Amino acid sequence: MRALKWAAIGLVSAGLAVALPALAQEAGELPNVQWSWEGPFGTYDLAAAQRGFQVYSEVCSNCHSMKEMHYRDLTGLGLTPEQVKALAAAVTVPLGVDDQGNPKEGPATPASQFRSPFPNEQAARAALNGALPPDLSEIVNAREGGPNYVYGILTGFADAPPDVKMQNGLYYNKMFPGHQIAMPQPLHDAQVTFADGSGNSIPDEAHDVVTFLAWAADPNMTQRKQIGWRVVLFLVIMTGLTYAVKRKVWSDVEH
Amino acid sequence: MAGQHEPSTFTNPVINWIDTRLPVFTMMQKEYAVFPTPKNFNYFWNFGALATVQLIIMIVTGILLAMNYQPNTAMAFDSVARIMRDVNYGWLLRYIHQTGASMFFIVVYVHIFRGLYYGSYKKPRELLWMIGVVILLLMMATAFMGYVLPWGQMSYWGATVITNLFSAFPIVGKPIVTWLWGGFSVSDPTLNRFFSLHYLLPFVIVGVVFLHVAALHVVGSNNPLGIDVKSPQDTVPFSPYYTAKDSVGICVYLLVYAIIVFFVPHLLSDPNNSIPANPLQTPPDIVPEWYFLPYYAILRSMPNKLGGVCMLFGSILILFVLPWLDTSPVRSARFRPVFRWLLRLWVVSVVVLGVCGAHQPLGIWVLLSRICALYYFGFFLVILPLLGKFERPLPLPESISAAVLRNRGGGALPSAAPAQSMEKA
Repeated sequence: MRALKWAAIGLVSAGLAVALPALAQEAGELPNVQWSWEGPFGTYDLAAAQRGFQVYSEVCSNCHSMKEMHYRDLTGLGLTPEQVKALAAAVTVPLGVDDQGNPKEGPATPASQFRSPFPNEQAARAALNGALPPDLSEIVNAREGGPNYVYGILTGFADAPPDVKMQNGLYYNKMFPGHQIAMPQPLHDAQVTFADGSGNSIPDEAHDVVTFLAWAADPNMTQRKQIGWRVVLFLVIMTGLTYAVKRKVWSDVEH
Repeated sequence: MAGQHEPSTFTNPVINWIDTRLPVFTMMQKEYAVFPTPKNFNYFWNFGALATVQLIIMIVTGILLAMNYQPNTAMAFDSVARIMRDVNYGWLLRYIHQTGASMFFIVVYVHIFRGLYYGSYKKPRELLWMIGVVILLLMMATAFMGYVLPWGQMSYWGATVITNLFSAFPIVGKPIVTWLWGGFSVSDPTLNRFFSLHYLLPFVIVGVVFLHVAALHVVGSNNPLGIDVKSPQDTVPFSPYYTAKDSVGICVYLLVYAIIVFFVPHLLSDPNNSIPANPLQTPPDIVPEWYFLPYYAILRSMPNKLGGVCMLFGSILILFVLPWLDTSPVRSARFRPVFRWLLRLWVVSVVVLGVCGAHQPLGIWVLLSRICALYYFGFFLVILPLLGKFERPLPLPESISAAVLRNRGGGALPSAAPAQSMEKA
């Protein structure tokens, strides 16, 4: 029992040491949205993620790349291979060089990377007043606060309070550290029209696109949790069996 | 040697043939089957076996990850993303490996605490303990270099800060740093050599673990009472008794490990490391992984960089001389009423140092980390040498079996009843 007590103290302390730095990093006030993928049983709301992909395609992808993504990955959102093929074919991407050594372009295939809006960092900065839009492939993992932070940015645009002096070319955002962000407000009410008639207020659009981005950052989550339950169940049974064996083995020894 | 050639006693003809020529089976039999082991171990004695298991897990997953990883600054980050997305079960390998580093340190820190609490570093186990400190140092180097490989922001800036520590040494400092980097900043050559060494050092660790176990099997295990084995009644053969008990520990350990890997794999990772390394942009706060935070706090508690670096290295190196700093002949803290509490306070100071290490060295955190660093070193350099002279230890039991019998005869029998009912079942 004493051993267990010490082990518990150790674990709690380790947990504290890990948790405290996270608390120390302050940004704006994080919204607390209920996401469908939270918790050990949570899965992605695929309908919302598909709508989110539409938001990304129509809005975000004008400036933000998703270099780690390929069109084939979209089958994970519930699209059929035919749908993915059609969807990719509508996008023009660079296809290396032709026989004369000149760069060539053409329709994407499911194996193509998501089209990047700018060929390189310099082109992006030149077009966007010096700002570089971050790649969105792992943005949900790459920010303290994860999906709530990204949601907070997308819904956090407002008029600057009178006492804040805005720098040229920056926009006021309640979530962003420092509150001055180079991105103009990307989402507006009714900006995107969804085929399934879902709501398209700013919070709706932000919710859907964050669902898409969370899926893109961690596309294996559902499979991971499914395997996890089997592994945990197996180990619980193994622990019970092993403990029974241990008790049996030790039953003839005073210890 | 040749004259003492003895035929093996194994009945299986194949095993007998091999064993007569190369007595590996006799060795396994002697060291892991009949090896006499004190019968009063508690579950703290599982952590050596757990560390071995974890070392194997790290090597296996690491080899598989290396097959898909590119140690090139232009490709490293994307190759890790590819492992996570496109390699079959690559996400599983990486989460096991990444979480495994933290699990390894938890296990080894508990293992070290066990050694401190029960005086396992004292005569005749000094060398065993020192070999263990070598393993800790190798682990820390391996973990540090492994964290650089994904080439995220924290990889890059962590590598820059830590390698720059060496620049604190006068005259030789700067050349050492350039030599470590293979250039004038953390760059491609640095990543290449870190990958090479990160692959090499685990096998060095395997070799040193072998020495650690060999030394253990010469002097035998310590035990929670800290007294020597007096008779065969004090011991049980390692198998099946401790193979069974270690198996329980391994199952529980894997359960905790699996819950983190499958359900909260991002628990211990810094979001900044999901951003590709950018030499032109420093993250707001550069923090190492949690297992280095106490040392980081010690480093930053000193106003002078060279002083901080010396304290940092000293905080580990001091463990090498611990067997000679502790003057008390009594091993187990159970019989050292003052030591017991001062050691717990030392653990608290290490945890507080860890918390301090996670914060910018400003205000209260500087003061706290200085107090704790003072106690960290004071415990070893002042308290332990003096305590052995002034502390009055409790009376030691005459033998392990006598202590066990007294425990049984004394209070209620907490475990006897369920054991019996199980035999009926």
